Amino acid sequence: MYRWDFTPVLANADLLAAGLVNTLKITGTSLACGLVLGLALALLRLSKHRWASWPAGFVIEVFRTTPPLVQLFWFFFALPLIVGIEMTPFMAAVVTFSIQSAAFFAEVFRAGIVSIERGQWDGARAIGMTHAQALRRIVLPQAVKRMIPAFMERTIELMKTTTLVATIAYADLLYAANEISQKTFRPLETFTVVALIYFVVITAFSLVARRLERRMAISGESTVH
Amino acid sequence: MHRWDFASVLANTDALLVGAIGTLHIFAICLVLGLSLGLVVGLGRYARSRWLYWPATAFVEFFRNTPVLVQILWFYFALPILLPFSVSPLEAASLGISLNSAAFSAEIYRGGIQSIERGQWDGARAIGMNWAQAMRRIILPQALKRMMPALTNRAIEIFKMSTLASAVAYVELLQQGKLIASLNFNPIEAYTAVAVIFFVFLWPLVQFTYVLERRLAGDE
Amino acid sequence: MTILKVSGLAKRFAGQEVLRGIDLDVTKGERIAVLGASGSGKSTLLRCLNFMEMPDAGTVTLDGRTIGRRESELTLVRQRIGMVFQQFNLFPHMTALGNVMEGLRTVRRMPRDQAQARAGKELARVGLADKAANYPAHLSGGQKQRVAIARALAMDPELLLFDEPTSALDPELVGEVLGVIRSLAEEGRTMLLVTHELGFAYHVATRVIFLADGTIHEQGTPDEVLKHPKKERTQSFLARHKEFSL
Repeated sequence: MYRWDFTPVLANADLLAAGLVNTLKITGTSLACGLVLGLALALLRLSKHRWASWPAGFVIEVFRTTPPLVQLFWFFFALPLIVGIEMTPFMAAVVTFSIQSAAFFAEVFRAGIVSIERGQWDGARAIGMTHAQALRRIVLPQAVKRMIPAFMERTIELMKTTTLVATIAYADLLYAANEISQKTFRPLETFTVVALIYFVVITAFSLVARRLERRMAISGESTVH
Repeated sequence: MHRWDFASVLANTDALLVGAIGTLHIFAICLVLGLSLGLVVGLGRYARSRWLYWPATAFVEFFRNTPVLVQILWFYFALPILLPFSVSPLEAASLGISLNSAAFSAEIYRGGIQSIERGQWDGARAIGMNWAQAMRRIILPQALKRMMPALTNRAIEIFKMSTLASAVAYVELLQQGKLIASLNFNPIEAYTAVAVIFFVFLWPLVQFTYVLERRLAGDE
Repeated sequence: MTILKVSGLAKRFAGQEVLRGIDLDVTKGERIAVLGASGSGKSTLLRCLNFMEMPDAGTVTLDGRTIGRRESELTLVRQRIGMVFQQFNLFPHMTALGNVMEGLRTVRRMPRDQAQARAGKELARVGLADKAANYPAHLSGGQKQRVAIARALAMDPELLLFDEPTSALDPELVGEVLGVIRSLAEEGRTMLLVTHELGFAYHVATRVIFLADGTIHEQGTPDEVLKHPKKERTQSFLARHKEFSL
């Protein structure tokens, strides 16, 4: 019978904490960039001009269709050679995950915007608003509310996807686990603890998301996915 | 300006072929295991008995709320310590991806089953069917139709997740891409080729889910 | 001969008493119309008879055997008690013929050709032989309900339960379904029928039961209950159904 011993793992709590901070840093940065970029992609995608909607659609399809790890490797190993800049693992990860979540967010934005009734556009234009004003003041505020659950779900996916940075040696939580397990020869305890940390953080976040969703359901808001 | 040189990749077509076979191999395993185990867990989530509901729920919550790469590494590095035998990269990756997919597809199955009107159960029971007969003959066939887009999406996710097996050095497409890149110093072409191969594999499947979704929306 | 005996049947939903102590004997060949305002527990009574709902108290005795609650026993009981629903509950992924065959094949394990012949006969009986290959989506409401009746008949039930079989139909489709039920009555089949078609009840039923507050408020022959009700609530219920003409 195996004797569990968590003390070597707990002795490296500082490494785990630093890893978790890095995980959250990548998640947060990619989330912020992904939202902005996703909105831009969605607006391009909805454009009447083919030269705008077609490339946006292409980017969305490519990033939704190819595996995230392949994207990450491409941005880390291939892109620096093409453009001639040094890429740190952090930069490569943020670029990859930002564009990748933008591709998913774009579809959420698009569904949200499309879900707003034509009458809202008509009403806005009837009082003399431009397209941009109507979008910013009337349509988006209503649409964003409906999109919150889908955003939350995507954010959770994003946080789980950030573990891939461990494969390009960025010191996130999973990378810390690898390091500690090699140092202490306690892979069982280390990976179990790290799995639990992820579980707790993600569960906490999804509980908040679920509560938010329920509150919206009670107030009669419809949602898009 | 970079001069593209795909000849160095094409010279390694056989290595890519080996990788593609590896990818399809693990994909097939995880697809079958993940979706069938998901059905079992989904039925557990749907069950009224606490003894089925709670374990199924715990399973779903745990595997949905931890990253699949963590699961794969756990099965590869941690599980063998508890077992009297070692775990191969294929086994570890298949376990992680299958269990993860089972958790996600369980929710698809449960949602699909729940979406079938009560009247269908009534109709089935009124002619003397038991629970299993009603589920197999009446409820599941209708639910499966509604779940097709979501299940196809899951299949696509499984295909993409198969790249994570490279983290434990299982020989699949991305792993072969790495190999080609390191042997020929052509990461740009090697990784671009891998990305293109995945896109070519998956793009038709993605389009197929759109067709399914549209057809379903038209039916209902 | 009594084929179904109900005693002390009670059912609560969320603390609300829907049935409170129903006693009822059904003799072979009887046709009982169950009337009552909405919420009086008519449908619940019917659904408790074949245990589609589990009664909270009371017993149901079929052919002298009190029905237990094990699923294996209930599936046998439900084969002997056919049920037709307001919303038809046809299986949309099967043809009309497939719907009628389903119980024979899956529950009775009858060979395919035999089940097919039997199902075809039942469809012909309800006048839908030519619609055998149609899916429910391509049938009118009246046709759907006739298929549902054929589906119930295929199992050779000793007792038929009709739960407002015409309430979900457009008025012009009601006649064809009532016609089928009437022909079953003429064959001497035993049936319980929850309905708002008072004229039909008057002509077809051998006994009328008026439910109120989860109990049998008044019962008797159609003449007694529908033409000369003794109780005030029965009278006011009938008065509200102005379209009722005998």
